[in-house]
Amino acid sequence: MLIATDNISKSYTVGGSSIDVLNDISLTIDKGEFVAIMGQSGSGKSTLMYILGLLISPTSGTYLLNGDDVSTLPGDTRAHLRNGKIGFVFQSFHLLPGVSVIDNVKLPLLYSKQNGPSEQAYAKELLEKVGLSDRLHHKPNQLSGGQQQRVAIARALINKPDVLFADEPTGNLDSKTGAEIMDIFDTLNKEGKTIIMVTHEKSIARHAKRIIHIQDGRVV
Amino acid sequence: MMKIAIGALIIHKVRSLLTILGIVIGVAAVILLVSIGNGLTSIVNEQFEELGTDLIFVMPGKIKFGDAAGREGGPPGTSNNKLTPRTGIEIQKRIPSIIATVPVATTFASVSYKGEDRVTPILGTTSNYAIIRKSPTSFGTFFDASADNGAKKVAIMGQTVLDDLSITHDPTGEKIKIAGQTFRIAGVLEAKGSALGNDQDDLIIIPMSTYERTFDVDKVNYMYVKTSDPEHLASTVTAIKDVLLKTHLKAEDFSVVDPKELLNTASTILGSITAALGGIAAISLVVGGIGIANIMLVSVTERTKEIGLRKAVGATYRHILSQFLAEAIFLSLTGGLVGVLIGTGLSLLLRQFVNTDITWWSIGISFGVSLLVGVTSGMGPAIKAARKDPIDALRYE
Repeated sequence: MLIATDNISKSYTVGGSSIDVLNDISLTIDKGEFVAIMGQSGSGKSTLMYILGLLISPTSGTYLLNGDDVSTLPGDTRAHLRNGKIGFVFQSFHLLPGVSVIDNVKLPLLYSKQNGPSEQAYAKELLEKVGLSDRLHHKPNQLSGGQQQRVAIARALINKPDVLFADEPTGNLDSKTGAEIMDIFDTLNKEGKTIIMVTHEKSIARHAKRIIHIQDGRVV
Repeated sequence: MMKIAIGALIIHKVRSLLTILGIVIGVAAVILLVSIGNGLTSIVNEQFEELGTDLIFVMPGKIKFGDAAGREGGPPGTSNNKLTPRTGIEIQKRIPSIIATVPVATTFASVSYKGEDRVTPILGTTSNYAIIRKSPTSFGTFFDASADNGAKKVAIMGQTVLDDLSITHDPTGEKIKIAGQTFRIAGVLEAKGSALGNDQDDLIIIPMSTYERTFDVDKVNYMYVKTSDPEHLASTVTAIKDVLLKTHLKAEDFSVVDPKELLNTASTILGSITAALGGIAAISLVVGGIGIANIMLVSVTERTKEIGLRKAVGATYRHILSQFLAEAIFLSLTGGLVGVLIGTGLSLLLRQFVNTDITWWSIGISFGVSLLVGVTSGMGPAIKAARKDPIDALRYE
């Protein structure tokens, strides 16, 4: 089992009153799964992804990643785990402007202090895989939206993560480009990569093997 | 880490350059102004070194040092002046440690040589002047004691006077008219150049006794007193004062000055000026630092998304802190380096007009301060960046 959560909840304190965003979420995800987390805007699906992706810690409950309790880790420990075990693909790509495609892909390596010739070769291999081997030294603003998202996918894979999180990965793309991106996710999953995707579009969620519906902070 | 920092700064070239400019101006100004101040100080020190440490000045009127510096009583040469060459002879007679007293009187007189006329400073003194003021001659010789005693009409020419009178050859032995009387040129002084804007070669020196007769005065403008006992200048100063009071001068009629005292006063004043100049320039360095802090704060806000992304892919608090700190330090160090180059360059250029003296400590301090300014001004924004929550940062639009 890759991911197991037991009654995790998340609440924020805003203006003195507590708002519950997630309530008692218990779920398991196995290695190699392709899971979609679906829900309306404000349902808490993104918050769930942020907890599973170790960007934030749950208020209560237990989260086991690869069997290790990662529920209440300090920020820097979570940063190290994100760096080595988790890859993120965001809706708005989040590439560094003014930095070349290859250097964007290699950004996570900067924080794991592995940056040798084998990493350089792997970055090129990943860019070839997403079909951008002729764009290595372009800047993000010279690329289309679909191409930028491919760079983001290559970046998410550079440290060979255990799990790939995608937050509305086609949200900023037209349907044709979106479909191309989803093809890449399908291929990655076929090769054995665990993918957890947050979306509100049924047509996109259909690519996943399993769909977890979230409504008002609960699994339904 | 420096490589990322430089990369981020290159993206905003103009902004980075303008930010650096603040530090450049600050550092360059500190180095330049301190070098001017030090140049002034070293000129003054040289002048005193040339005089030596075994000289005491006797001047008419009361001169005060310290807080209320200035001269009381009349300027030299007025009716208040009661110093005569005889005063010097009295001093030498009564104090055994005194080797020589050299009276100096100055005035202006018309000088003519083969139809060329000029008005030139004339200095009357004794033969010992050449030893005390270290005045070697390029042609001929300085007049000796017999010229003093015999009131001989001999003149020692300064180089500027020769130039003014269009004399290009060795004029030793030739005749020159000073205030209508014929003198024999006995020698030409080696050129000394100018100091503090004062041409030291624009003068004609004649024996004191000749000066008294020619201009019908017996007052001296000042007097050098040379002692064989430089270790006890203060007691010698007191002894000279006693002699002057015994020879019917009043306390307010004269000043006896130990050159060390003069030098200390001058050094204190010039030191304060240098410090004030450096201090004013340092303010611009601080302003430059505020500029860096300002631009770093803007940069942190602008790059909220970048910070969020970096954190999402594994950057720790320290990673982000050191990245932004490196940017601030790079800005200030580049500014410091360029400032040092421009500051020393301008100081060297300025050397054609005024004496500038570049000091290593001013370079070291201003460079160090610019580094310090970079760290302190970058620390706040860098902490702000490092503390950002990755989710808030990613969601920031």
